[in-house]
Amino acid sequence: MTEPLLSVENLRTWFHTGDAVAKAVDGVSFSIGSGETLGIVGESGCGKSVTALSILRLVQQPGRIESGSRIMFEGKDLVTLDDAAMRDIRGNRISMIFQEPMSALNPVFTVGDQVAEVARIHGHGSRRDAWNRAVEMLSLTGIPAPEERAKEYPHQLSGGMRQRVLIAMALIMNPALVIADEPTTALDVTIQAQILELLVDLQKRFGTSILMITHDLGVIAETASRVVVMYCGEVVEEAEVDTLFAAAHHPYTEGLMHAMPQLSEPRARLNVIPGSVPAPTDWPSGCRFRDRCPYSWERCEREHPPLYEISPTHTSRCHLAVEPEHRANPHPPLVEQLGVSV
Amino acid sequence: MSEPSWMMETSDRIQAVERMQEAERGGPLLSIRNLSKSFPIRRGLLGRTAGEVRAVNDVSFDIARGETLSLVGESGCGKTTTGRSILRLIEPTAGRIDFDGRDVRRLGATGLREIRREMQIIFQDPVSSLNPRMTIGAAIREGITIHRLAEGSAADAKVQQLLEEVGLRGEYATRYPHEFSGGQRQRIGIARALAVEPRFIVCDEPVSALDVSVQAQVINLLRDLQRERQLTYLFIAHDLSVVKHMSDRVAVMYLGKIVELAPAEDLYREPMMPYTQALLSAVPVANPRIEKTRILLEGDVPSPASPPSGCVFHPRCHHPAKDAACAHIVPPLEEKAPGHFAACIKQLPTGVSWETQQEAGGVNPPVRYLPVVKQLARVDKSAPPIGRHS
Repeated sequence: MTEPLLSVENLRTWFHTGDAVAKAVDGVSFSIGSGETLGIVGESGCGKSVTALSILRLVQQPGRIESGSRIMFEGKDLVTLDDAAMRDIRGNRISMIFQEPMSALNPVFTVGDQVAEVARIHGHGSRRDAWNRAVEMLSLTGIPAPEERAKEYPHQLSGGMRQRVLIAMALIMNPALVIADEPTTALDVTIQAQILELLVDLQKRFGTSILMITHDLGVIAETASRVVVMYCGEVVEEAEVDTLFAAAHHPYTEGLMHAMPQLSEPRARLNVIPGSVPAPTDWPSGCRFRDRCPYSWERCEREHPPLYEISPTHTSRCHLAVEPEHRANPHPPLVEQLGVSV
Repeated sequence: MSEPSWMMETSDRIQAVERMQEAERGGPLLSIRNLSKSFPIRRGLLGRTAGEVRAVNDVSFDIARGETLSLVGESGCGKTTTGRSILRLIEPTAGRIDFDGRDVRRLGATGLREIRREMQIIFQDPVSSLNPRMTIGAAIREGITIHRLAEGSAADAKVQQLLEEVGLRGEYATRYPHEFSGGQRQRIGIARALAVEPRFIVCDEPVSALDVSVQAQVINLLRDLQRERQLTYLFIAHDLSVVKHMSDRVAVMYLGKIVELAPAEDLYREPMMPYTQALLSAVPVANPRIEKTRILLEGDVPSPASPPSGCVFHPRCHHPAKDAACAHIVPPLEEKAPGHFAACIKQLPTGVSWETQQEAGGVNPPVRYLPVVKQLARVDKSAPPIGRHS
């Protein structure tokens, strides 16, 4: 494999709040190749958004990227880069598409101004050049009558149109990497389909790498080629998308797949993952999933599992990789045995 | 508004008796006819009415006892307004709502209070629907006290029993809402709705704010409670996969109208209305190996303040026979297959004759158009329908 475009190594982003430390991201490693779409999937509080913000160094106090973390991008370590160099990268080489387009746009400027601003900050063209480029980008994202729409304010556009504006903003500098954090979660399903189609299409055209962060396994299945599953601030499984959906190894990934209602499945009782995600100030010792896991045994409490290699392209943070016999006799997870309600 | 029963018109009284008899025979628990709700658009300093938004436009359906009917559609389609109008949390503009033989729209304050013991609602956001300064025990107990269902230690015991029924510990009664996770708060919302022993619950996006694993827990809980307590649900949601797992029948709404209504299995296997076809095909499928035939809709939903003429969906429609007639004729919700209703004059069979369509400028005769949606093909037909209303 050639040098990856982005390589995150042992990223730890902790929040130091008075007497407690919330280890939101706790030793995450992954990499993205050129032109690749990597999906990060997980539930609220698993650390996926903080990972994205860490890459752009947008984590706010009391959050801090701990020493020993490395984020290698185009030969530079973003963790130690000075602020001016970081500003050069944001919006230019790496850009971000947020979930809520209304709060990501400034209500008092026209959308054309906001898209053009990115080009003016990073490019060296004139105001007019930037504006023309913005209109061109708006047109590329499928906004009808872009010349007129560029003169409108965010509130005059629908949710889907605003998301297109954000995509235009993210792509105007032709970045190497776009981080899309739940880009379609706030949209209706038919609009979501339009936006996902647009992202895939623009990626093909510009060869951009995409880091797709979502809680929706459906969105992952349709956009990503490789997937990282996060739980409790850690990567618990990584695999090619086909492998993950056909042969998930980690019990958490398995649980997520079964818990999700599917259009193609008959109406039946859904499988659930009992309990809920623990607090980031108090991750369980040993395996962080063990209380909710139907296979856990004594080793899971004693030993924090490393990322085991299942195949050269598949890793899983579960001791089942070395003691697969425990999969044969599932038991009610600890949270249920203790009668702890969810 | 409220009138004593002896003041009712004779014909109404006869109808009421008939409905009671029908109820005893197991007729619909809830019957909605021509329900509409318009909101005025006010402009300027004086707040003059400059138009109206028809959020719900001539909606009719029945819900049988023990059935789950789902209302599904995208933002602004009127599904929530419909649900709230039924409970008169929003006052409908027109139409008739019959709950177990009682005309809900004619009830006064007392009658409304009584009927709301039987009709409850679970909201989407369990955080904003719970008072942060009230223990959850007190919140659940409120309904019990108001309706004088129990007092003192009997009421305490009932609160404990309700908490356990929704999967929480009885001793949680003394805690405050902020001490709970999202899934737990939704369980509290459910316990509160159940406190008054309702027969009918409007579930308004009850799992939309929850994570996948917790969402499955709440869906299962709602289904268990339905079976144990013989509840009837109106389930409002935008997530089509969730709806499939909850519903006996499904009504699809678009711009304030029901455009398709069918048993869930039929609707998901063979959607008839082009909008439903597009909607189902747009759902991302969590299986990278399934081939998808995606119907991408152009543009956005038009403003409900100035809906398109004729069929409200026609500007975005992909039906191959779409023509000028679609812009002129309002399609009736008609039976396309047994128990399967859809509003489309181009989808065969239709009661709107070809001659009528030609007079309205039609050039393409109606056809049967069922684009293959492969991910929907694997529907289990062996599962028996539960409480389906025929």
